[in-house]
Amino acid sequence: MAGAKEIRTKIASIKSTQKITKAMQMVAASKMRKAQDRMASSRPYAEKMLQVINHLAHATPEYRHSFMAQERPCKRVGYILVSSDRGLCGGLNNNLFRRLVAELKEQRAAGIEPIFCTIGAKGLAFFKRFGGEVRAQVTHLGDHPHVEDLIGPVKVMLDAFEAGEIDALYVVYNEFVNTMTQRPRIRPLVPIVISQKEPLPYHWDYLYEPDAKTVLDALLTRYIESLVYQAVVENGACEQAARMVAMKAASDNAGNLIRELQLVYNKARQAAITQEISEIVGGAAAV
Amino acid sequence: MAMTIRVDIVSAEGAIHSGPATMVYASAELGEVGIAPRHTAFISRLRPGEVRVENEQGEQEHFYVSGGIIEVQPHVVTILADTAIRARDLDEAAALEAKRRAEDALAGQKAEFEYAKAQAELAEAVAQLRAIERLRKMKRA
Repeated sequence: MAGAKEIRTKIASIKSTQKITKAMQMVAASKMRKAQDRMASSRPYAEKMLQVINHLAHATPEYRHSFMAQERPCKRVGYILVSSDRGLCGGLNNNLFRRLVAELKEQRAAGIEPIFCTIGAKGLAFFKRFGGEVRAQVTHLGDHPHVEDLIGPVKVMLDAFEAGEIDALYVVYNEFVNTMTQRPRIRPLVPIVISQKEPLPYHWDYLYEPDAKTVLDALLTRYIESLVYQAVVENGACEQAARMVAMKAASDNAGNLIRELQLVYNKARQAAITQEISEIVGGAAAV
Repeated sequence: MAMTIRVDIVSAEGAIHSGPATMVYASAELGEVGIAPRHTAFISRLRPGEVRVENEQGEQEHFYVSGGIIEVQPHVVTILADTAIRARDLDEAAALEAKRRAEDALAGQKAEFEYAKAQAELAEAVAQLRAIERLRKMKRA
């Protein structure tokens, strides 16, 4: 019965693994719902800001903030890579990194050197392996990321842009399509493209306090931060969704494995009993 | 019915308040402002402080904002509230902190990376053990 005992302990261990994956699946499901809510509630802020920025750009065409400058020839670019802090979420991070690497290859071919800022532990670990100039990083934002935590890293990149070190800034994150699908996305942050198509029905302008420039500066920084925040929150929702799906698959696989092992175990047990009986019968016949 | 103006207070992390009001008070960059319905278009930075919204029943609701932007149009007031106290030197400090973290992490001083490295080494060791075991079994067979 030695084989049978081995199989029994194996089944027990798979069962406990299955319990863990099931628990993780359920936790991820509930966290995903919350993350989706957070995603939805961060939208009005950025939308409203974009409206105001667009209006300001049209109302005061004589002032152009450097973030809104016309596109300059691209020599160096910056990326803010948003990734998860933890693994066990399927291919979520790897798909994202692969997308980024493909992009980087194209740019290297064009002689463009990138600099990076990472948000999340996985992204940082990736650059440790892959190599690259990481200017700033933040990890362990938890399930409730705050804009506060992003101010620093975003400022580093914006400063680099203003100093002319980089000519464009992108944020790389996973886009939440639905629970089953998350799509890697590279979204341009600066220079901000102002939509040209909406001429004002009649000209009106704000009263500025103290002046248009100060207000616009404050708005632009906050707008970019809010875009990065949105990316972080959306990536968080993706992480939970991906984890839920991955853990569901793991639980199902564990179930299959247990079923197969149970079958093998039953066969081994039956064989042992049969053997025992035949031994007894053989022994009785010999006497 | 009293004339009202719509007030939306939003922050990057979510909507804080939304509804009609007869009067809104806020501390703008150059001093306290009171916004009544049909106020002319106005935009300003906000200082950290209180935003008071007076509704049709004459009750006042108080909100604390740690800065932000107030945007006024004749029928809508939008307050884009910050979630953190902002100041140039504070932002600078946060930026430096983020940079330092990146440098530390890449120098490999952080515990997490030690952990990741240890994990990789463990996986290697396990693979080696498995190979040795297989060799032993083959010898015995």
